[in-house]
Amino acid sequence: MSQTVLEEHASSPAAPGARPVRGNDFLYYGLRNKKLLFGLGLELLLILLAIIGPLISPHNTTDFYKLASPPSAQNWLGTDSFGHDIFAQLVVGLRESYLVGALSAICAAIAGMVLGFIAGWRGGVLDEALQFLTNVVVMIPALVLLVVIGSYLNTRSVMFEGVFIGLTTWPWVARAVRAQTFSLRSREFVDLAKLSGKRATSIVVKEIAPNMASYLFLAIILLFGSSMLLASSYDFLGLGPSNTVSLGIMMQQATLNSALFYHMWWWVFPPGMVLTAMVAALLVANVGLDEVFNPKLRER
Amino acid sequence: MHRFLIRKLITYMMAFVVGVTIDWGIPHLMPGDPVQTYLSQFRLQPAGYAALYSTMSQAFGTNMSALAQYLHYWKGMLTWDLGVSYTSFPTEVSTMIGQALPYTLALLVPAIVLSYILGNRLGAAAARRKLLDNSVLPLGYVFQAMPYAWVALILPYLFGVVWHVFPVSGGYDHSLLPSWNWTFIWSLITHWFLPFLSVFLISLGGWAIGMRNLVIYELENDASRYLRALGARERVIRRYAYRNASLPQLSGLALALGVVVGGNIVTEVAFQYPGLGHLLYQAIAGKDYFLLQGIFIFIIIGVLVANFIIDLVFITVDPRTRLSMQGAQA
Amino acid sequence: MSVTVANLSVAYRSHRGDVTAVDGVSFSLADGEIMGLAGESGCGKSTLGNALVCMDTRMKATAGKVMLDGKELPIEDGRAMRPLRMTEVSVVPQYAMNALTPTRKIRRLVTDLLKSHGVRDRDRVLTEMKRRIALIGLTGDVLGKYSFELSGGMRQRITILMSTLLNPSLLIADEVTSALDVSTQRAVGEMLLEFRDRGYVRSVIAITHDLSILAQIADSIAIMYAGRLVEKAPTPSIVNDALHPYTQALIASLPEVGVRHDQATLTGIPGRPPSLLRPPAGCRFRDRCPFAFDKCAENPPLQEVRPGHHVACWKAAQEASE
Repeated sequence: MSQTVLEEHASSPAAPGARPVRGNDFLYYGLRNKKLLFGLGLELLLILLAIIGPLISPHNTTDFYKLASPPSAQNWLGTDSFGHDIFAQLVVGLRESYLVGALSAICAAIAGMVLGFIAGWRGGVLDEALQFLTNVVVMIPALVLLVVIGSYLNTRSVMFEGVFIGLTTWPWVARAVRAQTFSLRSREFVDLAKLSGKRATSIVVKEIAPNMASYLFLAIILLFGSSMLLASSYDFLGLGPSNTVSLGIMMQQATLNSALFYHMWWWVFPPGMVLTAMVAALLVANVGLDEVFNPKLRER
Repeated sequence: MHRFLIRKLITYMMAFVVGVTIDWGIPHLMPGDPVQTYLSQFRLQPAGYAALYSTMSQAFGTNMSALAQYLHYWKGMLTWDLGVSYTSFPTEVSTMIGQALPYTLALLVPAIVLSYILGNRLGAAAARRKLLDNSVLPLGYVFQAMPYAWVALILPYLFGVVWHVFPVSGGYDHSLLPSWNWTFIWSLITHWFLPFLSVFLISLGGWAIGMRNLVIYELENDASRYLRALGARERVIRRYAYRNASLPQLSGLALALGVVVGGNIVTEVAFQYPGLGHLLYQAIAGKDYFLLQGIFIFIIIGVLVANFIIDLVFITVDPRTRLSMQGAQA
Repeated sequence: MSVTVANLSVAYRSHRGDVTAVDGVSFSLADGEIMGLAGESGCGKSTLGNALVCMDTRMKATAGKVMLDGKELPIEDGRAMRPLRMTEVSVVPQYAMNALTPTRKIRRLVTDLLKSHGVRDRDRVLTEMKRRIALIGLTGDVLGKYSFELSGGMRQRITILMSTLLNPSLLIADEVTSALDVSTQRAVGEMLLEFRDRGYVRSVIAITHDLSILAQIADSIAIMYAGRLVEKAPTPSIVNDALHPYTQALIASLPEVGVRHDQATLTGIPGRPPSLLRPPAGCRFRDRCPFAFDKCAENPPLQEVRPGHHVACWKAAQEASE
């Protein structure tokens, strides 16, 4: 669903060519925007947890304790059916989820930006080709494709997951970048740069990119969130990395081991709740950021 | 309008071709022989292995050249001969898909349609009432951010385990024999409700937020300002804004299908609901490649058809596309 | 008097404080008078126009009142203003090209507006609209079209038609000719005149930065600078005998047809208008005025120095009393 919001941003007329908010303005509005502060704050908290969590957790994911026990002083979030500490799994899973999300966001961003710039800048046949390509890729459900490819492979790694998710979500970035490049390339300051003899790549990097930086940033944030969700679904279906824990894997284990039947709410609730928080914080921060960049959306 | 449709059709054709090619190509491009991978699950005597290997290779066509296999696959596709499932030998793949399909449709269609309609109304209402907006907005984001797997865990936990209102898994009560009596139908419905609710809730959030943003934008654009300046009632202005906002929302629907289909798979697996998603899962677990391929291409076709339907609706609703002589953006 | 604006001040709320875009403006319009309201960008003319019809959520009237035919216009009260819009006070906005919603046919748009105003006999009004459409040289089937099927000029004219359909007492025409080519400009100008002559509108305030179009259609011209009204007089007086230094400079900076660049250079007015966030005391044109003297530190009031000719300038006041 966050992809729908992303698509709306890509086609929203309010965003393209929004005046890049400079230094002081940005800080002023940024620090006063509740959504941005809340979202960013929560996200940073979770990232912090992901970083220091495994360090402060008194147990490892592989240590054995009393099976299926509820939260206690010893095991802060209780243990699962195998006796593993859930808090330990949670913080490691946080890390893995962020890793996959970041990896796929980087992949999608690079692929999307390169293709989007080329299409938007050159136009013509290249643009048409890219449009068809993105339309086709977008139509194929990402999870289904991932599942089909992943099931044939024998390797299960975070790297593969990240890169492949990135390869299925790059169209969103490409579309946004293409639309922005298109609208910006016919602007006056670009003509000016052309007149003064700058080379195409230089124009793209120095003139166009900064103007769409805010817009790109928003798109990538959304991509990050939807990648994490996609990765958790992928892991849930049993195709995730086999050597580590992730939030999706935790949910899978809970389901497979009848956590519901045994009323193990400490296993059922936390992984998904944390993932929801991660993605929701991103979405909210994204909206706040959009309001900061776009004066029209403020003061509602 | 015609150019618009033709462009769309070409895109669909291409997507179909790409889908079929991926479908065929993946097992053959993967390291290792698909037949070998399948057989490695079993402990077989060398003689038995050799026999099975040759039979399956013939059946699977891996002893033909790549191009021959590809063409053969296309032939099967067009005659709807998707082969035979290994895990449920000798049931045909198309039969298994046919059995699972009604469950998936029963889940997807109401969930998508209801969440779309209700979400739009909710979002539009939130766009004009600040109080509603303050509650709808955060809820919408939370719902949108919930992983399908998690919702599929907490809903049955709350409604199945804590409060014994709904059953927790399965398509129907397995102590019943399928027949058209009220007990069975009721069992179907109660087993259907929680999976439906999962998909519905997550989608609802997304639509509500999307519509809210679009309506806010529309309420402040030039056309709305003009209506307001000419003294139109706020009700009228809202109606116009809603109508204009519905168009990009509709395009969004086509794009969101992919995500919902994926989420549906997860939901079915979590609830052990006997739809296509569950079948897919079984195919993966059992390395049943024919079944896997069959389901994959079926899903692709389904999504393409749904996209096409949405395009047709779009044409009827958007006068610009309908009347455009230059061919709108595809 | 048809319209009287008394000491009107309108401000915008911003996070840095209130920006007074219109500062103590007073003028009156006679029945049937077309008054041009001119000035450079940011002088407050559009704000003034919009305030009279439909105030933005960011705007607030901080002082003054507006009277229409002896009754006060509740410009701050959106609810009270709603039934008066289009029927008594109407506007052709600056964004007229995009003012018509793209998803409904023109006829539907009109009927919905008529319904909002409780007009029962809508067919009669539509027939009248078709008559007026023919009058301005368009074909009647335009009603069955969508706005995006029309050209920019056509849309502009349809918008003017729609805004004047219920024969308002006051029409605010905001930059109606700015986005058009010269021949369409003339056509639109003549359209306004014709509508006034036929009684489709009573009084018109034509807001523009283009003095030349005002010279053609306006009976009187009011010049605004930095939120204040600096001069108002009948058109011939402004064109030939402007008294305020700013107006004089404006007229002088207009290029003359037939004069080549080697015969004379285009003059502008050096400098920029003051910020309206913290406006300077005294006459706001002081820093750019070639005639400024010490009295200008005190704000000059708008005075009628000749019959029908109002100026806010100490120099002009001095010369008039001599």
